Amino acid sequence: MSDEDDIILAELDDDELVQQMHDDLYDGLQDEIVEGVSILLDRGWTPYDVLTKALVEGMTIVGNDFRDGILFVPEVLMAANAMKAGMGILRPLLAETGAPRVGSMVIGTVKGDIHDIGKNLVSMMLEGAGFDVIDLGINNPVETYLAALEEHKPDILGMSALLTTTMPYMKVVVDALIEKGIRDDYIILVGGAPLNEAFAESVGADAYCRDAAVAVETAKEMIKAKRDRDAAAG
Amino acid sequence: MTPRPDSGAAPPVLQLIACGALARELLMLIDQCPPGAVELTCLPASWHNHPERILPGIRAKVATARRAGKRVAVVYGDCGTGGQLDAYLDAEQIDRIPGPHCYEMYLGQAGFAAEMDQELGTFFLTDYMVRHFERIIMKGMGLRRHPALREMYFGQYKRLLYLAQTSDPGLLAKARDAADELGLSFDWRVTGFGDLKIFIDQQFTGAAKPTDPTAQPEK
Repeated sequence: MSDEDDIILAELDDDELVQQMHDDLYDGLQDEIVEGVSILLDRGWTPYDVLTKALVEGMTIVGNDFRDGILFVPEVLMAANAMKAGMGILRPLLAETGAPRVGSMVIGTVKGDIHDIGKNLVSMMLEGAGFDVIDLGINNPVETYLAALEEHKPDILGMSALLTTTMPYMKVVVDALIEKGIRDDYIILVGGAPLNEAFAESVGADAYCRDAAVAVETAKEMIKAKRDRDAAAG
Repeated sequence: MTPRPDSGAAPPVLQLIACGALARELLMLIDQCPPGAVELTCLPASWHNHPERILPGIRAKVATARRAGKRVAVVYGDCGTGGQLDAYLDAEQIDRIPGPHCYEMYLGQAGFAAEMDQELGTFFLTDYMVRHFERIIMKGMGLRRHPALREMYFGQYKRLLYLAQTSDPGLLAKARDAADELGLSFDWRVTGFGDLKIFIDQQFTGAAKPTDPTAQPEK
């Protein structure tokens, strides 16, 4: 989007700066995003506004263009890398300022699988959308999931797998939750390249998420529905 | 290879529908079969980045082959179709080579499991992948444009394991360079054609088995 290399970010007004940050996210410019975040904070913006108006809105444009076939995976990952740098500044400030939280999620790649690109994107996008995310990393046995659920009591359990050989392990985790009688305490979302809706249903998950943007929307919708049900039940 | 014997009529041509990444190896195997007994048609190897295209592509190839009265077998892994390819092939009673991906086809199930037990963070290359490493990995995955992606893509990997179908010093050197480029340790195995040869043999029951044109002693 932006080809200019002589823009002084600090000389832009707020609207121009936010627009420029959208462009810089699109172009995966990590240093520029860090600088833009710092400028907005210095101007008195709340961390939450910087997150939602500069970073999340920028990543939404990236996500839409990825969905529409305009951007490809490498560019999305560069954009995510830039957002990650911005989140590095905002994360502690968001915690300090009590920014609105939507819910919480424990997420990890299943045992036998080291692939984490999609999981990392989901983690970051959920964090940007106001979720507390506990990322367990890769190669997680069922015991690790159970211990994290016990410790953090999240709203959502997310599992990721890239291999047809490892994706059946999701059922091992869901079955362990059923056996312990805690399956319905959590919304279970699954994702990964070889998965689909039918597979998610077959392992007993609540939903399959095709990409990070879908994961955010699904997580929000399911949390709202669950809270509505809980409220109706008194 | 001798076609399946029957009541005297010429057996139908065996149409292999395969991933383009296996074309070179399959052509070498087909060369060992009786002339005209086996034909090969491939779908683009680049569809591994678009797995949603694979099943429709195979459906179309199957329809074409059957209209021509050919027997069909599929030489693909699951390749990101999430089991949809197998569900379709089961319904159509079409054989597919076992295994979820070509690395397992070359190593065999036990061999693949052993390698993964040894190092879960293994990135595999085949002859095809080594030949096209620059195009598929370095350019196709955006690493030339964005070197910073190396850590995102390969940060969890520890070693590169080259599964060699042929014994080619040039490819071996290229595979070693690829490992260096990705910052991974390097190892290699000569697998020959692995399950590819077995699968094609099985399509010709009661046949004298062809020699594996790439057969090499194990490393």
